[in-house]
Amino acid sequence: MRNSSVAAANHEAHENPALLHHFATEEQQKDAASLGMWVFLATEIMFFGGMFCAYLVYRYWYFGDFGAGSQSLSVGLGGTNTAVLICSSLTVALAVRAAQLDQRKTLVICLVLTMLLGLMFLGIKGVEYHDKFVEHHVPGPSFHFPGHIPSHPDVPINQQHAQIFFSLYFVMTGLHALHMIIGVGLFAVITFYAMRNRYGSHYYTPVEVAGLYWHFVDIVWIYLFPLLYLIDRHK
Amino acid sequence: MATAVVESGERETYLNREYGIKSWLLTVDHKRIALLYLMGITFFFFIGGFFALLIRLELLTPAGDLVQADTYNKLFTMHGQVMVFFFLIPAVPAVLGNFLIPIMIGAKDLAFPRINLLSWYLYIIGGVLMLYTIINGGVDTGWTFYTPLSTEFLNTHVISAGLAVFVAGFSSILTGLNFVVTTHRMRAPGMTWSRLPLFVWAHYATSIIQLLGTPVLAITLVLVVCERLFHLGIFNPALGGDPLLFQHLFWFYSHPAVYIMILPGMGIVSEIVCCFSRKRIFGYQAMAMALLGIAVVGFLVWAHHMFVAGISLYAALIFSILSYFVAVPSAIKVFNWTSTMYKGSITYQTPMLYAFGFIGLFTIGGLTGLFLASLGVDVHVTDTYFVVAHFHYIMVGGMVMAYLGGMHFWWPKISGRMYPEGWGRLAALLVFVGFNLTFFPQFILGYMGMPRRYWDYSHSPEFQILNVLSTAGATILAVGYLLPMIYFLWSMRYGKPAPDNPWNAAGLEWMVPSPPPTFNFDEQPVVTWEAYNYDEIKEEVPVAQ
Repeated sequence: MRNSSVAAANHEAHENPALLHHFATEEQQKDAASLGMWVFLATEIMFFGGMFCAYLVYRYWYFGDFGAGSQSLSVGLGGTNTAVLICSSLTVALAVRAAQLDQRKTLVICLVLTMLLGLMFLGIKGVEYHDKFVEHHVPGPSFHFPGHIPSHPDVPINQQHAQIFFSLYFVMTGLHALHMIIGVGLFAVITFYAMRNRYGSHYYTPVEVAGLYWHFVDIVWIYLFPLLYLIDRHK
Repeated sequence: MATAVVESGERETYLNREYGIKSWLLTVDHKRIALLYLMGITFFFFIGGFFALLIRLELLTPAGDLVQADTYNKLFTMHGQVMVFFFLIPAVPAVLGNFLIPIMIGAKDLAFPRINLLSWYLYIIGGVLMLYTIINGGVDTGWTFYTPLSTEFLNTHVISAGLAVFVAGFSSILTGLNFVVTTHRMRAPGMTWSRLPLFVWAHYATSIIQLLGTPVLAITLVLVVCERLFHLGIFNPALGGDPLLFQHLFWFYSHPAVYIMILPGMGIVSEIVCCFSRKRIFGYQAMAMALLGIAVVGFLVWAHHMFVAGISLYAALIFSILSYFVAVPSAIKVFNWTSTMYKGSITYQTPMLYAFGFIGLFTIGGLTGLFLASLGVDVHVTDTYFVVAHFHYIMVGGMVMAYLGGMHFWWPKISGRMYPEGWGRLAALLVFVGFNLTFFPQFILGYMGMPRRYWDYSHSPEFQILNVLSTAGATILAVGYLLPMIYFLWSMRYGKPAPDNPWNAAGLEWMVPSPPPTFNFDEQPVVTWEAYNYDEIKEEVPVAQ
């Protein structure tokens, strides 16, 4: 396939201004970009994987304290955020579709909606962080998490083990939020170019590749939400 | 470097196409970025080497008399961190891989030239952070950042050192990403996977490790930095955390990192051995699969660094067996290089001398690795100079030998000039002799029980003679490393102009002019031959300069 496309490329070369000099065809360029993003997402899985591994170890060791820590998180806010993110994944998918169909106005609307949903997620996350701060649930000298382990009213919560839960909570959700901020930044740039009509059926790779990244960040949340918020709610 | 170009009025090359500092700092040409890396990497090699010389000077006498104990801790820590993260890991991929992979597969550039430049800047930012750490008094955690020592008990610059390694890690990830995508998507027509030079296969395998291992180190360092900044206790036993978890996560990257260092070297040696034996590589498929095999099995052996750290006996047994498995693909490589030379018409140019050095020293390093993989012997020699000697045989005897061999082999292509062959052979000899004199005594020292990381051994002065030998060897080694730097720089102005194919070697990189034009190929090459087709290259004797 590559052989024929290279031969064909020689006379259509550089007709498309988006085609970079070192690629033979637009198809090759698009393939490279999307493979690049998939490979990058593989590294991201390993990046978050280290934390999931730490979570696994400590959930196993400090089972009850993690349950108690999880009980203190707001399922309402976390659930709302889950819904917000799923909606934003939909708007990203619609944005890619709009770019493919040359619907430039829909594209811009979907991109703006995605950014708004992303910012809404971050806002709600900020409210949650604020609540934790007020409740002295932030690990450190002023950490205070009284009470008993769920379903074991005679066992008090171990402050250190609960701190490990909240340490992981803040690091995991914090790094997730950092990825969200980067994602919103990416979409801001893409919206800027979309308003200048750069994207359409001839060239929509950046929209698609940024969309892949956004879906990945959503999927991380889909794992974080049950592990942090829901593990002890079945009782 | 921009000064040393072909006389004006001559053919346009990547070196003389543009001039000025801006044309280098904003370049997206993979060849220029390779040279940018070469400067950074050479700088850090000599910084790390300087620390090594101070270490060797301190150990010249049994008493701790040259530096304070704390200073000594900083010296070996910064020697390790600079050498591992700023020389060994980036050196071959970022310099030779960057320069050669696109040309070897018949492409105009890497898939993402701007990301390539970004990864150089990340390397430099990491390097600046490392220099900041060094200048402000350094760090003394050992290169391994073990917790809770690094998070609780030390007041040195752990945070800036950790961030330096973190940032440099992302440089490494982006380089790996670029190589994987380039190898998949940018190959010339006819350049099938089974026609790729083993150099490319080696970098492909290396990139997979960089991509899957480095992020785990990154997150581990993030957690260490968070522990110091916010007093979290994830790895601190006093706060309910587990230091073993840190060690698992750290070695999950840092053992495969050894293969990040050595696999590209194996790629270089495969090219050199074929060229100077005038033969196709013996067992091409097995060689390519062995590279991937080392990359895969290398991910499953990390806990052999923790045999005495308190992991369960069963876990230790399994990791011990898995560690032995690495020997299988490694042995395939050594046997196939020697089989390639069998009945070849061998000539002894400088690159080949380094390749010989690599094969011998890698074999010693690999076999002593088996000693360390067996549980009983490991308990005896853990944290002794035996371990130090073992990994220096792999990293310095293996990787640095291969790197220097590769630099000599491709220097005519990179610079368009020949290096002085006589000086090259002398330096190769000095490096080989100096290396063995430095590190072989350390095997004996370790077996006799001298612990690593000690600055004073006045309780057992019988260790002195071997330490003196080692220090003497390090001095010879230093001369052996300085010589190439001097004559490479000299050759850029005064060396003989290099022909396109000075070694009469096979491979696409020898079909483009020396130095290559900016876009490597005037016309899209179409590959119709197998790799290492030395039987089809008529002229028997490579042209020695």
